[in-house]
Amino acid sequence: MNQYPAFLIIAPLLAACLIASAAWLRRSLCFPIAVLGLGTSFLSSLGVAARVLTDGHFQYRMGGWAPPLGIALEVDYLNAPVLVAVSGAALVSLIATRQIIEREQGPKAPVFYTLMLLAVTGMLGMTATGDAFNLYVLLEISSITGYALTASGDRLAPLASLRYLLLGTIGASFYLLGVGLLYMMTGTLNMADLSHLLPALYGSDAIFAAFLLILCGIWLKAALFPLHAWLPGAYSHASHASACLLAPLMTKVMIYVMLRVMFTVFTPAYVFEQISLEGFVVTLASVAVVAGSLMALAQRNLRRMAVYIVVAEVGYMVGGAWLGNQTAWTGAILHLLNDVLMTLCLFLAIAALAGRMETTDFKNLKGLFSTMPFSMGALVLGAMSIIGVPPACGFFSKWFLLKGAIEAGRFDFLAALLFSSLINVVLFFRLFECALYSGDDHHGPGEHGHIEIHEAPLSLVASLWAAAAGILAVGFYSGSIVNNFIKPALM
Amino acid sequence: MLVHATLDFPGWGDPNAPAHLHVAPEYLEQAYEKTATPNVVTAVLADYRSYDTMFETAVVFSAGLACFFLLRVQSRKKEEEEEEDRYFRHLATDMVIRIRTPSMHVPDSPYLQQLDPYWTPRSLIVRAACRVLTPFIQLFALYVVAHGHHSPGGGFQGGVILGASLILVALSHDLRTSMKMTPEKLMGVLSPAGVLIYAGVGALCVAAGHNFLDYGALAEWLGTAPEAARSLGILFVEVGVAVCVMATMIIIYANLSSAGGHKQGL
Amino acid sequence: MESITGLILAKYNYWMYISLMMVGLYAMIAKNNLVKKIIGMNILQTAIILFYISIGAKKGATIPIIMHSEGHGHEAVHAVQYINPLPHVLMLTAIVVSVATLGVALALAIRLYARFGTLEEDEINDQVREAP
Repeated sequence: MNQYPAFLIIAPLLAACLIASAAWLRRSLCFPIAVLGLGTSFLSSLGVAARVLTDGHFQYRMGGWAPPLGIALEVDYLNAPVLVAVSGAALVSLIATRQIIEREQGPKAPVFYTLMLLAVTGMLGMTATGDAFNLYVLLEISSITGYALTASGDRLAPLASLRYLLLGTIGASFYLLGVGLLYMMTGTLNMADLSHLLPALYGSDAIFAAFLLILCGIWLKAALFPLHAWLPGAYSHASHASACLLAPLMTKVMIYVMLRVMFTVFTPAYVFEQISLEGFVVTLASVAVVAGSLMALAQRNLRRMAVYIVVAEVGYMVGGAWLGNQTAWTGAILHLLNDVLMTLCLFLAIAALAGRMETTDFKNLKGLFSTMPFSMGALVLGAMSIIGVPPACGFFSKWFLLKGAIEAGRFDFLAALLFSSLINVVLFFRLFECALYSGDDHHGPGEHGHIEIHEAPLSLVASLWAAAAGILAVGFYSGSIVNNFIKPALM
Repeated sequence: MLVHATLDFPGWGDPNAPAHLHVAPEYLEQAYEKTATPNVVTAVLADYRSYDTMFETAVVFSAGLACFFLLRVQSRKKEEEEEEDRYFRHLATDMVIRIRTPSMHVPDSPYLQQLDPYWTPRSLIVRAACRVLTPFIQLFALYVVAHGHHSPGGGFQGGVILGASLILVALSHDLRTSMKMTPEKLMGVLSPAGVLIYAGVGALCVAAGHNFLDYGALAEWLGTAPEAARSLGILFVEVGVAVCVMATMIIIYANLSSAGGHKQGL
Repeated sequence: MESITGLILAKYNYWMYISLMMVGLYAMIAKNNLVKKIIGMNILQTAIILFYISIGAKKGATIPIIMHSEGHGHEAVHAVQYINPLPHVLMLTAIVVSVATLGVALALAIRLYARFGTLEEDEINDQVREAP
């Protein structure tokens, strides 16, 4: 089928509109439509990936217009796996968080589904598009829905969301301004066309300004360390349902956009030879990794800890992308895919635990291994992957990143990676120690025999294990992912 | 840094600036031939870059949805607790009655009109003027939508004007009156329906065997030349845009002005 | 000297957008009141819209609506006669996006006002610190 790329993005959009209409007529239809939309999207993404494997890079012309005039979706080795990961993770988190949404939102649940689907539409569109301005429009869709989603949560959520909105708008405006400069200098908005026209202008200050503006905009949205101020608040006060959708996907999609801008729009020849920012950026990334880990260590709450882990992971990927050699790029792309799974697993597990207690402070976690064995089991897998224990997938991408850092001779980044892994070991083993320790000593030893298993709802646990199985599967098959997608992407 | 970069910029209004030389001339020179639409801005917006515009409509839709989601208060009980004093005007005598007990039920009656404590425009002149103006504004809005091919205008502009005419009703009477004219449920269905019309036209093109949003595909069904079909396709999606924008403007206005209660406010 | 004034005059549109953008950024960063920050955000977006529109300008050109008459067929269109339509198309999108962002931002501000009774950021922070 040639229409897969269109279905991939349009299915969630159509489903979102149908839900919003159905909400006024028959509420019970809403959830099935949402699953149908994301399911179609996921299947299409598999179809797209299969076609990329056989044909390589291909183009889907929207409206039948050839690219510099019209907008085309460009699918290649780089974004096909990202599309699969994003649509799959969105589907899993939708199914997983159904109970949470229905409980928290009540009559507004259909609106929540609609916002979720629109956010996913935006992210998929950003990943697939080959047009720099189209990317901005889609970025705004997923941002606006993201602001609304993060605003639903505890008492402080609207405040965190407004801060997110202000910073996010600055980021998007910078991106827009950068694209405007590029358009002014070249006269085109198409990414492939830009990469043909730009080499003649590499010396220009305006192009350099455009590059910096776009990069700053993306970093603001991706929450790279000094620009991360919005992320902890937004993701830790938001409803668990929105955190499960946004935390794994939003920052990763922005990192993908950064890779796309670096590789396709401004080729590596410009990024690494014309301008010499890589020394500065890798240092920044190392600082981000260390600072994220340290701030995670300072938290007393599982959810806030996870949020700072996300900040550190962004540092991993940005650093890998800017080390400037094949190995590190492989590591960065693989880590992007892995991080979608790991963060999804982590946040789903937190949502599962939070459903059974008031807060996710460490002191509340006592005895969870016996009361919620399945959720905790998945959390252990996710933690193993984040620490980087084989055969979980996090190990392989970290391995590539470390090798890349050695090749580039950047031992500060190497040290930051190792330091952060060590901190992660401390973080999670502290957590597991809390959870293993049963905490009801005063009842006497006799009662240990019949502790009731009090698990999260089945759909949540099943999705959680789907994510955990994904971590293992990607770990086992990471060799073939690297050979089939990432190596050709870097050619 | 930005100031420094301007040194490399082309001068203002320079016809030889690169921005004017690459893609733009192709739009200008081909748009009329290919889409039978003299307004190049409309042609580029709704045909060449129609994929962008579809998501632009989706942005409007999601903004309306977000405002609804963030503000709308739906529990009836809470509202009545908040409304301590209710005011009614007896239409025949123009006397205002204040009811203090929240539990007292007031039947809907043609002789009583509920008033807002904060916003009660009474000026007969304003009301009459707005009542006369509204249909003309709406007619103008329809013209702007339909004539977007030949003159400046189109779905967004028309939709905004249409929405503004209904907001004018809310301003000159009160929110309750205007919500009776434009029930929330209808607007809630129309707003996604606008996006659905747009995406549906695109999906029809897929069904006809072409790419998404390739209006040329509709030529067979409409019985016209592909260029005219493109022109008509632009009209269809513009109507979708106008519907969505109008409904969303009203949703945003109603929710923002009354902080979600839909009872009183500007 | 003449070349400098010429430079400034030829590019004053860019100076304008940069100063407007700085005004917007300043309001977003330095102001304490959330509504002022939102206004600053809007000024920032408008500055960028102005920038795009000024890219589209062409001296001696008219609006991009092709002259045509029914039945005559038409002469070749010369792109020099019409201003660049693309920035206008893009900015129509950007205006819609900025309106949408503004709407959501105001909705959030109303929510915050209902909860904290103020829109001054430091007062909200004080309340948050007192009752976490």
